[in-house]
Amino acid sequence: MSVLVFADSNDGKVVKSAFEAVTYGSKVASSTGGHCEVVTYGNVDNDQLTALGNYGATKVSVDRSVSDFDPNRLARLVGSQAEALGSDTIVIFSHDYTGKSVAPMAAAHLKAGLVAGAIDYPNTDGGFTVKKAVFSGEAFARFSITTGIEVISLLPNSISVEKGDGAAEVAEISPDLGDSRLRVKEVRTKGGDGILLTEAELVVSAGRGLKGPENWGMIEELAQELGAATACSRPVSDIGWRPHHEHVGQTGIAIRPNLYIAVGISGAIQHLAGVNGSKTIVVINTDPEAPFFKAADYGIVGDAFEVVPKLLSAVRNHKAALN
Amino acid sequence: MKILVLISKAPDTTTKISFTDGDTKFNDQGVQFVVNPYDEWYALVRALELKEANGGSVTILTVGDATNDPVIRKALAIGADGAVRIDAQPDDAYQVAYQIAEYAKDQNYDLILGGKETIDYNGGQVPGMVASLLNLPFVSNASKLDMSGNTATMERDIQGGVELVEVDTPFVLSAAKGMAEQRIPNMRGIMAARSKPLQVVPAAAVDGLTSVSSYELPPAKAEVRIVDADNPEELIDLLHNEAKMI
Ligand SMILES: Cc1cc2nc3c(=O)[nH]c(=O)nc-3n(C[C@H](O)[C@H](O)[C@H](O)COP(=O)(O)OP(=O)(O)OC[C@H]3O[C@@H](n4cnc5c(N)ncnc54)[C@H](O)[C@@H]3O)c2cc1C
Repeated sequence: MSVLVFADSNDGKVVKSAFEAVTYGSKVASSTGGHCEVVTYGNVDNDQLTALGNYGATKVSVDRSVSDFDPNRLARLVGSQAEALGSDTIVIFSHDYTGKSVAPMAAAHLKAGLVAGAIDYPNTDGGFTVKKAVFSGEAFARFSITTGIEVISLLPNSISVEKGDGAAEVAEISPDLGDSRLRVKEVRTKGGDGILLTEAELVVSAGRGLKGPENWGMIEELAQELGAATACSRPVSDIGWRPHHEHVGQTGIAIRPNLYIAVGISGAIQHLAGVNGSKTIVVINTDPEAPFFKAADYGIVGDAFEVVPKLLSAVRNHKAALN
Repeated sequence: MKILVLISKAPDTTTKISFTDGDTKFNDQGVQFVVNPYDEWYALVRALELKEANGGSVTILTVGDATNDPVIRKALAIGADGAVRIDAQPDDAYQVAYQIAEYAKDQNYDLILGGKETIDYNGGQVPGMVASLLNLPFVSNASKLDMSGNTATMERDIQGGVELVEVDTPFVLSAAKGMAEQRIPNMRGIMAARSKPLQVVPAAAVDGLTSVSSYELPPAKAEVRIVDADNPEELIDLLHNEAKMI
């Protein structure tokens, strides 16, 4: 089967989650005897596009006439490419903000079944099933897609990127996408070189146990020392100690980093829902009965105000010893 | 302004999830259902605020059988004017979106709001599919919505920030945290909800494009390994040598 991957870019560079999606797409293509193409848009550096060949793409089609984000138009862009590849194409998105906007529209446009937030490769023996987390990470389901074209959005951090050699052929396209009815006025990024929570491999998170926003310095320092992003529990963002975009859990964002360090967070079921996909969980809490310890791999029973500074110097010593 | 809010029922957030029929069905025995938090806290409350400021009406719509009625009454108690229930068993996002689009296509809504995802299937597909089927502009994961006349200004969550986007009605959006604050229904609202109109609409003929073939629970977690509070070096050592995380 042919595979079409939608790749997003930022500031001329292909985003990290797209490397995962292309790796995924080219593996699916080779296991089903097809090839993997990519469709993208905007002002992306050409060498970035050629380099998608490193992840297994044979061809990249780019529509440079689309500059502003509009899911209606991008869904048509993907739709036109998918239809050109044929009626048994598999279309792959990354389940990031872009994919969450475009994939449902593209799927409806193509009248194709969509599995949103897949965490593994599809099973194509006698059907087409894909695994995803449901009930906010408390269970998994295998969804089967019954249409000729299948659409999958891949949850970031679910598979490892595989990089080899190869150069993709780049083609400029500009199909008719209709006029945009959205007007993008401004893009505000949080600035700095901070690591994005949704892409982070390591996360340091803290909750109400920290007592006040003025105590987050040590959390930020620990995160910086580890190269981690920071996150928080819901009450902490509700009372404004931390920004909304750091709120993880069932009603915040769901993350699946390799390492999640939770400091002064009780581990309520709604919080766990957003982080239980983490590969390793460390909990630091004064209360040995805190429910979070049941979901943890490693724990320290102790006061954050004593443990975190000690941990910070242990991390520094560890890094110094490695150098 | 005529506003439609898409509401889904979802198991209460503390539900112990289990499955029946050889792990092919969600076990809803004894499960408390609530209005999906994103639909209620953000989409519905913001719709009500806009109606309070600018006039108009707020209708809620759900696709499902009569077991949804208590959840619909709850949303009415919070302040919606009326409700529509499309009498179809929801089993796939496209099938649900198609039902909604078929109903909404000649109702002239200015605004169709949904939550960013449901907390049971976490798909986040329905609002975008509705927009596609109705050929309306779509803004997903909106965390702020202001209206001025027929023009909406929104903030949409993006990787590492927000995008400010403007669109004229009619359009569809999916709501994320930040758009409004949760409202607790009061006694008067609960009383009033009993007599608000709930229109039941027959299902349109459409098939789903996906189905669940099986469920599974995550493997049980091994016992936590406790490290002495005075010896965080041991934790670093474990993370480095055992977990290989740092
Ligand atoms: C519908 C619904 C949705 C929800 N969604 C979310 C969600 O998405 N995300 C979320 O996080 N929550 C969510 N919640 C809230 C959730 O139920 C908990 O209330 C919340 O997670 C608790 O936050 P916390 O752990 O920071 O605070 P607390 O529960 O107050 O816990 C603080 C913890 O810190 C520990 N502590 C205190 N002092 C120290 C110290 N000096 N050092 C170390 N530890 C210390 C305490 O022992 C305690 O375990 C939701 C709730 C509902 C009803």
